Amino acid sequence: MSTPPPPMPQSAAPDWRAAPGAARPAPGPAGAGYTSPIPVVRTHLGHALASEWTKIKSVRSTMWTLGVFVALVVGIGALTGMVVASSDPDLGGESPLSLGFFGLLLGGMCVITLGVLTTASEYGTGMIRTTMVACPSRGRVLAAKALVFFGLAFVVTLVCATLIGFLHVALLEEYNAKDPSGEEWLKGTVGVSLYLALLGTLSLAIGSVIRHSAGAITIMIGAVLAPLVIALFMFSSSLEDVQQALFEYSIPNQMSIFYANSLSDSGPSGWDPLWIMLVATGAALGGAFALLEKRDV
Amino acid sequence: MIEAVGLTKRYGDKTAVYNLSFQVRPGAVTGFLGPNGSGKSTTMRMILGLDNPTAGQVTIGGYPYRKLPNAPRQVGALLDAKAVHGGRSARNHLLSLAQLSGIPARRVDEVLGVVGLHDVARRRSKGFSLGMGQRLGIAAALLGDPQVLLFDEPVNGLDPEGILWVRNLMKSLAAEGRTVFVSSHLMSEMALTADHLIVIGRGQLMADMSVTDFISANSADFARVRTPDSEPQQREKLSVAITEAGGHVLPEQDGALRVTGLPLPRISDIAHDSDVRLWELSPHQASLEEAYMRMTQGAVDYRSTTDQKAGLQQPLPPGAQPPVPVPGQGQPGWYAPPPPQQGGQPFTPQGTPSQAPAGPYGAPGVPGAAPGAQAPNPYAQPAPQAPAGPAPAAPPPSAPSADLTKPEDAR
Repeated sequence: MSTPPPPMPQSAAPDWRAAPGAARPAPGPAGAGYTSPIPVVRTHLGHALASEWTKIKSVRSTMWTLGVFVALVVGIGALTGMVVASSDPDLGGESPLSLGFFGLLLGGMCVITLGVLTTASEYGTGMIRTTMVACPSRGRVLAAKALVFFGLAFVVTLVCATLIGFLHVALLEEYNAKDPSGEEWLKGTVGVSLYLALLGTLSLAIGSVIRHSAGAITIMIGAVLAPLVIALFMFSSSLEDVQQALFEYSIPNQMSIFYANSLSDSGPSGWDPLWIMLVATGAALGGAFALLEKRDV
Repeated sequence: MIEAVGLTKRYGDKTAVYNLSFQVRPGAVTGFLGPNGSGKSTTMRMILGLDNPTAGQVTIGGYPYRKLPNAPRQVGALLDAKAVHGGRSARNHLLSLAQLSGIPARRVDEVLGVVGLHDVARRRSKGFSLGMGQRLGIAAALLGDPQVLLFDEPVNGLDPEGILWVRNLMKSLAAEGRTVFVSSHLMSEMALTADHLIVIGRGQLMADMSVTDFISANSADFARVRTPDSEPQQREKLSVAITEAGGHVLPEQDGALRVTGLPLPRISDIAHDSDVRLWELSPHQASLEEAYMRMTQGAVDYRSTTDQKAGLQQPLPPGAQPPVPVPGQGQPGWYAPPPPQQGGQPFTPQGTPSQAPAGPYGAPGVPGAAPGAQAPNPYAQPAPQAPAGPAPAAPPPSAPSADLTKPEDAR
């Protein structure tokens, strides 16, 4: 086709440009011309938190994922409790809290999904452009999203885990179950809830990096399952150490440590999984922040 | 006040915007025009801090957008109407935006009323029509009661009532002393709304002037003359007489003549002197659309060609003539009245080598044409042989449609 036409000479400016001093308003928030009667406030993280809270509670996907989460955790928890109780077992002094593990492991998928959707769905719908125009401090938006999501995920998980904990203790008291100590209660409720909420926040950061809901969810589900699956196929004895590490540091095993029923005796123990997840989430969030500032929306 | 200085944006090796400098004043509606893919949206995104410029900068009120304190209270933008989460209700969408910039929640209901969406405020925006989505986007732009407003294609999908509303809204916003920057493809709409125009093509500035200046700089007014259809020899006679008198004649498709370079009374006198009756003698003021098409024809990236259906058509029965194509279809020069003066035309695609000799309007081929109504006009050159050549603007009625694409292929 044709070459682009030569750009308009900048000297041929309209009249109003001739007197830049007069035509240009003093730089400042007021600019020129119109002043709104609505008072202008200085915005801060609190505004972004309120906005993100409105957003997260006003879409159905939040209700759906959290609804399924509660159903999974409470439903599977109650089911396992009743099945174990009806089989008239001898628990041999084991903590009944550990029965809640299965429900929370499956429920973790919902937390991952919600975490990814909190960020990635804005990219899918184009909402992110509206958001970033309304709040050019991109870091503030991501921080607000992470805080609101973390709080919500933590509270919902804590309520479910506590409920199931009490149920299991009540159901299994008479079958020689251990009366859980204070630390066991703390790890089995607050600890595992913090862990799941962090896992969700990690997904949120991945969602912000990948910017694609399905892609980010796949990555996160893969991160949960792949280490176990890969470890299963490591027959060679030279890979034994790797296999062992994959087992021990896989997310399901890390979660089970909160109930002290690890798949192995070595590897992380006590509160270690929480610190591991904290470091991973922090790193992912840091990367997400850096990319968000750098990339075009 | 929006001010861009040397704004450049590259995506990989594709340059979307190159060295763009302009200012958008408060108190006026400034139209932002350009063909598809010319970089309008990219420029808007850079103004709003969504894209980082590769070079140069753009400021609003002296600040880059991302450094503005409480930006949404100073700048409102409609980028694309569907940039909302479809699962959220209109009211919650606006509420979340209001909360983000500390705007009281009752303002949400106000703007919902302003755009006429209060009845559907609690419905999910997924079910909104294009026009309703557009109104929601305008509501979001108005939410912060800002002094600078950017609208990207605001009347897309609106009904006539909505278009009128948007037109008046833009004007009233500008009358309040705000800066209003609107991009649109609807030339008739722009002619009614905008006071000032910024035109870009292929990412470069092509014009920055008032609407009236733009039209007069990029199109020639002409007189339409019609002689009795039954006597073609009268038409020839008048053409010769007018050309001798220094006017320039271009035959139009329907048999009328386009005359430039002569005032209407003079044409009438000539007709009278040469004993030619006139059926029509009417002044024609070029529209913004024509002026725009003429200016941007060299900068259009996506151009339609004639649908030839090569090898698919039934052979025409003997004696039948192929249908005359609709003006503008695959005819790049259709909207190209010549510029009134060559010297002041930085926009004509003069750097187009393949086009220079071929242009039937002679625009690039007559560099010596001086400004002024009596000066030789580019119309003068092709006029005599125009019916014989592949003049895209004036195809002989019986010309096969394949001939019409020649100028297209020549590029």
